[in-house]
Amino acid sequence: MGNSSRKPSLFLHSSVLWPALGMALLLLFNLIYDPDFFRIGMRDGRLYGDIVSILLQASKLIPVVVGMTLVIATGGVDLSVGSVMAVAGTLAAMLVASASMPVAAAILIAVLVVMLIGSVSGVLVAYVRVQPIVATLIFMVLGRGMAMRLTKGMGVPIENEAFLFLGGGYVLGIPFAVILVFAFAAAVAVFLHKTAAGLLISAVGDNASASRLCGIRQARLKIGIYAFSGVCAGIAGLIAAARVQSAEPARMGELLELDAIFAVVVGGTALTGGRFSLAGSLIGAILIQTLVWTMQKLGVPSDVTPVPKALVILLVCLLQSPRFRAQLTAPFRRNPVMKAPA
Amino acid sequence: MFQRKNIPLLATFGVLVVLLVVASVLYRNFLTPLNFANILRNYAFLGVIAVGMTFVILSGGIDLSVGTVMGFSTILLARLISVQGVPALPAICVVLAVGCAFGAGLGLVIHTYRLPPFLVTLSGMFLAKGISFVILPSAQKIDSSWFAELASFKLKVFGNAPLTVTTMIFFAVVSIGIAIAHFTRFGRNVYALGGAESSAVLMGLPVGRTKIAVYAISGCCAALGGIMWAMNSTSGNPAIGLGTELDAIACVVIGGTLLTGGVGYVVGTLAGVLVFGTIATVIRFQGLESSDARIALGILLLAFITMQRIVVQGAARGSRMAT
Repeated sequence: MGNSSRKPSLFLHSSVLWPALGMALLLLFNLIYDPDFFRIGMRDGRLYGDIVSILLQASKLIPVVVGMTLVIATGGVDLSVGSVMAVAGTLAAMLVASASMPVAAAILIAVLVVMLIGSVSGVLVAYVRVQPIVATLIFMVLGRGMAMRLTKGMGVPIENEAFLFLGGGYVLGIPFAVILVFAFAAAVAVFLHKTAAGLLISAVGDNASASRLCGIRQARLKIGIYAFSGVCAGIAGLIAAARVQSAEPARMGELLELDAIFAVVVGGTALTGGRFSLAGSLIGAILIQTLVWTMQKLGVPSDVTPVPKALVILLVCLLQSPRFRAQLTAPFRRNPVMKAPA
Repeated sequence: MFQRKNIPLLATFGVLVVLLVVASVLYRNFLTPLNFANILRNYAFLGVIAVGMTFVILSGGIDLSVGTVMGFSTILLARLISVQGVPALPAICVVLAVGCAFGAGLGLVIHTYRLPPFLVTLSGMFLAKGISFVILPSAQKIDSSWFAELASFKLKVFGNAPLTVTTMIFFAVVSIGIAIAHFTRFGRNVYALGGAESSAVLMGLPVGRTKIAVYAISGCCAALGGIMWAMNSTSGNPAIGLGTELDAIACVVIGGTLLTGGVGYVVGTLAGVLVFGTIATVIRFQGLESSDARIALGILLLAFITMQRIVVQGAARGSRMAT
C-alpha cells in the first residue's frame, strides 16, 4: 500500500488484529449483558444457542464476502451480489419446483447462470473499462429484474428435502450451512495460498501498471474474479432460499452487497485494492451478524440497525485514512506530524 | 455541437425521439400534452435529484445517499408539520437546510480524509435510512392546508395539460443547474475537478470547497426531491427512497454525462429523465411488470455506458483511463 513510512504503524499493523479486537469487544459486551450468551445446548441432536444462531445467520453472507474480498483486492467492487443471489435462488427453486429437475442439476444450472452474469460484469470491467461500481450496478438492476421476471415477482416455495438440507440440515449436530460455508472459505484460502492466484490478485489491485509490465494477464484474471464472485453469490442465494424454505425474488439478498462490503472493509482489506485478508473478512462477516443480533437483543427496531452499521463503516474508513490517523495520534507524539500523503 | 464528446448527448436525444415516435405509434394518445404533463409530474422529483447527482458525477464523485436522504426528508417534513405543528414554509426550509448540511458533511469527510466517495455516501445511505425510522417508524399524512393547496395547484397550459408546482420546480432547478454549471466560476471548478483533480489542485482552484459544495448541492436536491415526493402523495414515508439513487445515476448516465467526471451537461440529465420517464410510462401502458422496467433500464444503461466508453477510448487512445 502507498504508505510512505516503513515504520510499523500503530493502527492496522496486523490485518486481523483490529477486526478481532472489535469482535472481542462485542462478544464481551454480549457476555456482560447476557451471561448465557456463550451457552451452547444440545436439543434433538442439534446444537443450539446464540453463537450457533449467529453463525447460521452469517452462513448466507460468508460466501458473498469471500467473493467480495477478492473483487475488492483487485481494486474493484461488486454491487450485483444481492441481485445475483436472487437470480440463483429463484432459478434453482423454479427448476426444482416446476420443471421437477433433480436438485443437483438445478443447482448446477443456477450456478452456471450466475457465473455467466459475473463474467459479463468482468468483461465490462476488464475490456470495456467501465468502472466496477457502474458495471456491477447495471447487473444489480438487471439481475433483480431477471429474478422477478422468472416468477412474475412471486415467491417460490421450496419443498424438496435435498434442497432444504442446504439451509436447515444438520451434520453431527452442526448446521450443514455453517459447515458448508466454512469449508468453502477454507478451500478458497488454501487455493489462494498454494497457488500464485492470491499474489496475482494482490499485484493487480496494488499496482495495475506494474503488474501489467510483469506480464500478468489482468483482463483474464479480473473476468475470472468477477465470475467467481457471481458463483459465491449464487451459493449464498441457494443457502438463503433454503433457509427460509422459499425463494423471494424481490427481497432476497436486498442490501446484502452493503453488508458484504462492510465485512470486507472491517476485515482490514483496503478498498483501494492490493493486500487482502480472507480471515479478516470472515471475522467481519461474523462481526456484522453479531452486531445485528446484539441490536435485536437490545430491542433496537430492525429498521434502525443501519445506523450503527453506518457508524462502524465510517469509523473503519476513517481509521484507514492516513490523515485521520495522523490527527488521532498527533497529541501523543513529540515531533510535529508530517503532512499525511494525499 | 457535433464534436466527439457530444456524441453521448446527441445519442440521448436520438433515443428520446425514437422512443417518443415508437410510443406515439403504439398509443394514439401518448404524445398529448396531458400525458406529457403526467410524465413530468411523476418524475419531477427524480429529475431534481438527478440534477444534483449530475454535479457530483461531473466532479468525479458519486452520491449513493440521495435516495434515502429523499425518504428521510419526506418523513422529517411530515413530522415537523403534523406532529411538531411547524407551519409548512419554515418546515420546508428546515428540511432543505438539513439535506444540505448532510451532503456537506459527507463532502467534508470525503475531502478531508481522502476517502472513496462511494463508501462514504454508502454509509450516508445507511445513516439516512436508519434515522428516518427514528424520526417516525411509519408513514405519516401531512396535515397542512397550505401544503395541500400548494401540492394541488395547477397551471393549465396547452389546452388542459396541468402544470403542477413540482413540474415548475423541476424546470427551475434544471435552469438554475445549467446556469451554475456553465456560467459561473464554481461550475468551471466542478468541471476542472472532474477532469483531473491533481491539475485542479496545481491550478490553485479551491478543490476542497468545490467538493464539499457539490455534495451539499446533491443533498439539497435530494431534500427538495423528498419535498416534491411529499407533495405528490401529501405524506411522508420512512421506507421509500432506497433505489432512487440508482434511478438518478441512470438518468445522469443516459443523459450523456461521463461517469469518470469532467464531461457532461445538465440539459443532458433533463433528456435522461425524460427517457427514463417515457420508458417507465410505456411499460405501464403495456401493462407489463415492474421487473420489465428494470430489465429495460438495465439494458439501456449497458448500451449507453458501453457506447460512452468506446467514444472516450477512441478520443483518448494512448492515455490510460482510470478504471
